[in-house]
Amino acid sequence: MSGLATYNFAYLDEQTKRMIRRAILKAIAIPGYQVPFASREMPMPYGWGTGGVQVTAAILGPTDVLKVIDQGADDTTNAVSIRAFFQKVANVEVTTRTKDATIIQTRHRIPEEKLTEGQVLVYQVPIPEPLRFLEPRETETRKMHALSEYGLMHVKLYEDIARNGHIATTYAYPVKVEGRYVMDPSPTPKFDNPKMHMSEALQLFGAGREKRIYALPPFTDVVSLDFDDHPFTVQSFEKPCALCGAEGVYLDEVVLDDRGGRMFVCSDTDYCEDRRAQGFLGDQGVPLKEAAE
Amino acid sequence: MTIEPLLKVNGLTKMYGARIGCADVSFDLWPGEVLAIVGESGSGKTTLLSCLSTRLEATSGSVEYHMRDGAYGELSRLTEAERRFLMRTDWGFVHQNPADGLRMTVSAGANVGERLMAIGHRHYGEIREAASDWLSRVEISPSRIDDQPRAFSGGMRQRLQIARNLITGPRLVFMDEPTGGLDVSVQARLLDLVRGLVHDLGLSAIVVTHDLAVARLLSHRMMVMKDGHVIEQGLTDRVLDDPREPYTQLLVSSILQV
Repeated sequence: MSGLATYNFAYLDEQTKRMIRRAILKAIAIPGYQVPFASREMPMPYGWGTGGVQVTAAILGPTDVLKVIDQGADDTTNAVSIRAFFQKVANVEVTTRTKDATIIQTRHRIPEEKLTEGQVLVYQVPIPEPLRFLEPRETETRKMHALSEYGLMHVKLYEDIARNGHIATTYAYPVKVEGRYVMDPSPTPKFDNPKMHMSEALQLFGAGREKRIYALPPFTDVVSLDFDDHPFTVQSFEKPCALCGAEGVYLDEVVLDDRGGRMFVCSDTDYCEDRRAQGFLGDQGVPLKEAAE
Repeated sequence: MTIEPLLKVNGLTKMYGARIGCADVSFDLWPGEVLAIVGESGSGKTTLLSCLSTRLEATSGSVEYHMRDGAYGELSRLTEAERRFLMRTDWGFVHQNPADGLRMTVSAGANVGERLMAIGHRHYGEIREAASDWLSRVEISPSRIDDQPRAFSGGMRQRLQIARNLITGPRLVFMDEPTGGLDVSVQARLLDLVRGLVHDLGLSAIVVTHDLAVARLLSHRMMVMKDGHVIEQGLTDRVLDDPREPYTQLLVSSILQV
């Protein structure tokens, strides 16, 4: 050993990975509980997914197949740069296909395709504490978690209804895990909350700046908080995807011109491409072959 | 049927290092009774109140509370979970400054309903109805239910704080200078309201005040404190009309007569 810093698989040194894996194991043992960990500086700014990247680096092996999505898309800046990062530092196989991936790092979406046993979904989390904007003191929020005092969470939902007539929280919608911890599912649209419930895949959440890791082991009970007379509902869309005609999926609005033209397309690009390859077509879609030409 | 005290305080002492906060305070509080603690600034009133309400840990002495199950619980031996549960269900705490007791950035309705949600109520309509009912009981128009306390006057904020505390039907309410900072006419209305509520609900209350008029109006019994010690206690009318200790005499005679 020369004692100099040299190349190590997946960027982080082995001791750091060990520390993160310990935090992950603890998080899996206590679903929904935020485990503190010694977050490292990563070669990207906070807010770009440093928590997710560290979790991915700690669990990544040479035979893994990695997929990275940003708001459901494989081809946006965040996704492209993180994917390139792991190709460079770990030389792992990457893919955009959900079903081929063993590890999927995500920013704010869960793929439309059902995840299966053996897959790991890694979330990038900006603010892990669901009570943060209601109770600024960390000492107090920890005490509230310890004693499961979650009345305050419903005060937030009450305020929503009082102001808007319905629960207007559409993302980072609080959930209760295994009837115990209230958890912030990261800023995923509430549309994806039901997918977390009893998921076959392991779900890991990493918050780099806030130095917290939490987890949902496979087949965990995840319930979105609500009121008896204002039950939890997910967003619904009036029209199917303009490109592939899919219904019951989460859509993004795309502005087409400066005269008010717009269309709604699948936020999950892989899912949309897959459907078009199978021959499904939306009212503004073009068959995949023509588009390539 | 024998009536037992709600609170039994024995030899309660709080030291701040070598200085005395309050020393050797003993009394019983009975159900439905309002006890006033009076004295000048720095006499240990607020320290005593904080020790009683478990906000401060006493140096020695005991405070026993008659729990709903009929047994007496030594407050310093409760677990934190039990203590916090007691504080948000069976007790109320009215702060001198309403901003300390209210959430200033959420609506009046949510402020009043918070305790209900904390103990597991999950029906929006019922919570709102209860909040609206309590707002009108403290003379706040239910049409202001969606306004934030920031938009309320000092007197309204104080009444809102009272409603927020009383919604779970507590048996014991602590009040720290409830009329401090309010002008005289608002004070009078608030006192009238509190007196009515205490009577209707059969509440017990411990009221800290430096204002003898407040003590006269609200309380059945009073304790006079000086330098951390209780120097005189008895029925309010007796203490105010026939003060025995020289200090109490001084206190009573220094009320401004208009």
